Amino acid sequence: MLKKFDKKDEESGGGSNPFQHLEKSAVLQEARVFNETPINPRKCAHILTKILYLINQGEHLGTTEATEAFFAMTKLFQSNDPTLRRMCYLTIKEMSCIAEDVIIVTSSLTKDMTGKEDNYRGPAVRALCQITDSTMLQAIERYMKQAIVDKVPSVSSSALVSSLHLLKCSFDVVKRWVNEAQEAASSDNIMVQYHALGLLYHVRKNDRLAVNKMISKVTRHGLKSPFAYCMMIRVASKQLEEEDGSRDSPLFDFIESCLRNKHEMVVYEAASAIVNLPGCSAKELAPAVSVLQLFCSSPKAALRYAAVRTLNKVAMKHPSAVTACNLDLENLVTDSNRSIATLAITTLLKTGSESSIDRLMKQISSFMSEISDEFKVVVVQAISALCQKYPRKHAVLMNFLFTMLREEGGFEYKRAIVDCIISIIEENSESKETGLSHLCEFIEDCEFTVLATRILHLLGQEGPKTTNPSKYIRFIYNRVVLEHEEVRAGAVSALAKFGAQNEEMLPSILVLLKRCVMDDDNEVRDRATFYLNVLEQKQKALNAGYILNGLTVSIPGLERALQQYTLEPSEKPFDLKSVPLATAPMAEQRTESTPITAVKQPEKVAATRQEIFQEQLAAVPEFRGLGPLFKSSPEPVALTESETEYVIRCTKHTFTNHMVFQFDCTNTLNDQTLENVTVQMEPTEAYEVLCYVPARSLPYNQPGTCYTLVALPKEDPTAVACTFSCMMKFTVKDCDPTTGETDDEGYEDEYVLEDLEVTVADHIQKVMKLNFEAAWDEVGDEFEKEETFTLSTIKTLEEAVGNIVKFLGMHPCERSDKVPDNKNTHTLLLAGVFRGGHDILVRSRLLLLDTVTMQVTARSLEELPVDIILASVG
Amino acid sequence: MEALILEPSLYTVKAILILDNDGDRLFAKYYDDTYPSVKEQKAFEKNIFNKTHRTDSEIALLEGLTVVYKSSIDLYFYVIGSSYENELMLMAVLNCLFDSLSQMLRKNVEKRALLENMEGLFLAVDEIVDGGVILESDPQQVVHRVALRGEDVPLTEQTVSQVLQSAKEQIKWSLLR
Repeated sequence: MLKKFDKKDEESGGGSNPFQHLEKSAVLQEARVFNETPINPRKCAHILTKILYLINQGEHLGTTEATEAFFAMTKLFQSNDPTLRRMCYLTIKEMSCIAEDVIIVTSSLTKDMTGKEDNYRGPAVRALCQITDSTMLQAIERYMKQAIVDKVPSVSSSALVSSLHLLKCSFDVVKRWVNEAQEAASSDNIMVQYHALGLLYHVRKNDRLAVNKMISKVTRHGLKSPFAYCMMIRVASKQLEEEDGSRDSPLFDFIESCLRNKHEMVVYEAASAIVNLPGCSAKELAPAVSVLQLFCSSPKAALRYAAVRTLNKVAMKHPSAVTACNLDLENLVTDSNRSIATLAITTLLKTGSESSIDRLMKQISSFMSEISDEFKVVVVQAISALCQKYPRKHAVLMNFLFTMLREEGGFEYKRAIVDCIISIIEENSESKETGLSHLCEFIEDCEFTVLATRILHLLGQEGPKTTNPSKYIRFIYNRVVLEHEEVRAGAVSALAKFGAQNEEMLPSILVLLKRCVMDDDNEVRDRATFYLNVLEQKQKALNAGYILNGLTVSIPGLERALQQYTLEPSEKPFDLKSVPLATAPMAEQRTESTPITAVKQPEKVAATRQEIFQEQLAAVPEFRGLGPLFKSSPEPVALTESETEYVIRCTKHTFTNHMVFQFDCTNTLNDQTLENVTVQMEPTEAYEVLCYVPARSLPYNQPGTCYTLVALPKEDPTAVACTFSCMMKFTVKDCDPTTGETDDEGYEDEYVLEDLEVTVADHIQKVMKLNFEAAWDEVGDEFEKEETFTLSTIKTLEEAVGNIVKFLGMHPCERSDKVPDNKNTHTLLLAGVFRGGHDILVRSRLLLLDTVTMQVTARSLEELPVDIILASVG
Repeated sequence: MEALILEPSLYTVKAILILDNDGDRLFAKYYDDTYPSVKEQKAFEKNIFNKTHRTDSEIALLEGLTVVYKSSIDLYFYVIGSSYENELMLMAVLNCLFDSLSQMLRKNVEKRALLENMEGLFLAVDEIVDGGVILESDPQQVVHRVALRGEDVPLTEQTVSQVLQSAKEQIKWSLLR
């Protein structure tokens, strides 16, 4: 038989597809044969096949042509040829959403579904339900009910599955069929049982009690169908999660009992359900892990894959629970299915010891090229986790990452690698040089602009601090010669950073930048010209301000301020200090390898939050003339318990010489309306309360806002830290909770709130200085002050660093917030902008003996911020 | 990677594909909107084929989907489901499809035979999965329901059960007599 086909194949030259060169128009032309009598079933069935084949290939049928063909096809119901009839059903289903007026076949289909030919009935039900809408459904409801309880399994299954599809649009009608579905659920046929249970669950899923009943019934009587078991396991685990209660529940017992089912499918479903349950203990996991362990040696690849994939999930949370399977996983390392092998290795990397890393890495590198990008990313993530766990292994892991980096791969995969390498470089100073040179090599041939610019930025930042910075120049300048504009611009910026930090290299950098001035692209030329001019001044302060540490203002804020300035031209030059600062300066993005876009988003939200405040405050007439909003406290402070009569939360807004406290109030009493609400404040320091802006009316459950404006102390400007005692004053008017009508008469009342703290952090905005040293030099030592303190209550350096950062509300620079292990000295570098727009820098040297001793040095361009910092620390 | 509790659903299968040994589509049925346009579908099929046609392993994770597959001479069969789906359920669908076709094509599962029996394939898939729900997983049942025209099965190729059945009948009659 085979031979015969082979021969034919040779004759027709391999291309043996009879459907290959079908033309849509020709096929539709052929469909006219349908109108001939007598009908030729074979020919007609073949034409229908051709039409279906065309639709299947993605050919688009217009409404008119589809409708025409559809109507011609309806003639074929005259023939009793079984295949032809079945092909008609399929065509009806395929065309139900393309052609018009498909409901005209309803009566033919209804006839078939109630007819004698069993082979027609199931498919007819399905075709009928496909063309029926909710209005038509009522007409066939009776037949559907009969079909659901039909003794022929295919009819019953078809009716149940179609009902399930119909639930989406006609829930109320299908809901009435539960009794029939209930009857079908006890069918002997496994598929009917599965479909019936599925339908029952979907009808009842909002009724917890009914669902629990279903499960307990299943637990008592058992099921025939493994599919139905899988379904019920999912139902049970969903219920369990929503109950989020104890594991003693019968639901959990049911899932666990399924671990002993005779069908592998059910056992696996149960095991994976247990693994996925949130907050499962190691003891509860144990039985699931042991069945998964058994599956690891199954001859079926799918089962091995399923098992190891689930074990991999377990290993993320409970590596110790999986160690028992290490031996079985080792066997899978050489599995011919690379997905299985990869999962096995990454699982072992999570559970195994430091000593096995080298071997596993070697193993995995032998087939990296064969696995899909998804798994490669899994491997990179596993390596990234390893680097944090075993920092000593970074050399092996780095090498591996670089080999991967050189191979083919998509953007996601490459980005995962680059992220991982960058995080290693940042954590491990000794790996910096090798890391950077490998990355240099990578950008030599990198097709992803985002990655290239990112690496160039990193080179500009880290390169100049290495022992031999000149070796990076060649790599960077090559980019200027070879790449497209975005990368060229990035390279120019990186070059400038080298020039700014390294005197010896400056002349050659200048030569290179001069060449870049001739670039074709605007941006590249502009950058080169700008940097060239700054560098030629040879002033450290300029370098620091314009090259090493970029703008710290929020970009949308700057855009708005500039637009405002152009709309209302004034004599005064534009003041950059009037622009709000970026509120979330490059948040901690080192440890997690979050995608770049995800990091950008919160920054934007924060910027708009401050903008919203600014707009709201500008609308209050009392606050005119306060100048630009400098800072709003990030989280509102609650001044009441959350379940009291009134809920008050305060946001602090800092201006150049004033502060505004915004109180968001909610009245939770439904029989009261508050009017004229203010919050009276008593400062402990020399703050002066200027005015109260009341909330006019505060009906039940509708939030309102009142403000209090205070002037900052003028006589003793260093006393910024202050405690305010707060009291809410208002007029109460009783009201009818049901109608909301209020009495005309009201009475005065007061409500004591918790105290509100203003700290030095409210006056300082965090700012990221990429190069602290340069910024330090730029500010200069004109207003430098130094003092030494003993922190008697603090026992570790980490604790001290954490407290200082939190207290001052400044940004830790150059990763100085990470204290290396086993050291008793540490230097913490902090940067911020003081209210009014002056940079404030703090260097704090910490020494740990029994307690922590701290020497604080603060610098700023003005004396006041320095005094405030030192006063507040003391 | 937070573990996700599956919404209990009967919609198990996202797609069924049959490709030839050049990776061209012979049959494709997508049951949901994961790949809404033909262009996206074809790109996905190309990717799937590139990753699977050289290896003889039966399961893979691609574009966040679980793919179980099987090849026979110049045909590649794929069943695709969500990555949270029970892999064995997908495997049951794949096996049922393959075994049904194998029976219908009399063990001759290759491109030419399949193309000559396209309507059989359409009908079989229709019996196995309906709108993403597994309708039947027993190949015997599927073949029975597809019930291709009698004349397609030559006398010599009658199934063993058919022969046994007629033999039984005859014995029964001879005993009764």
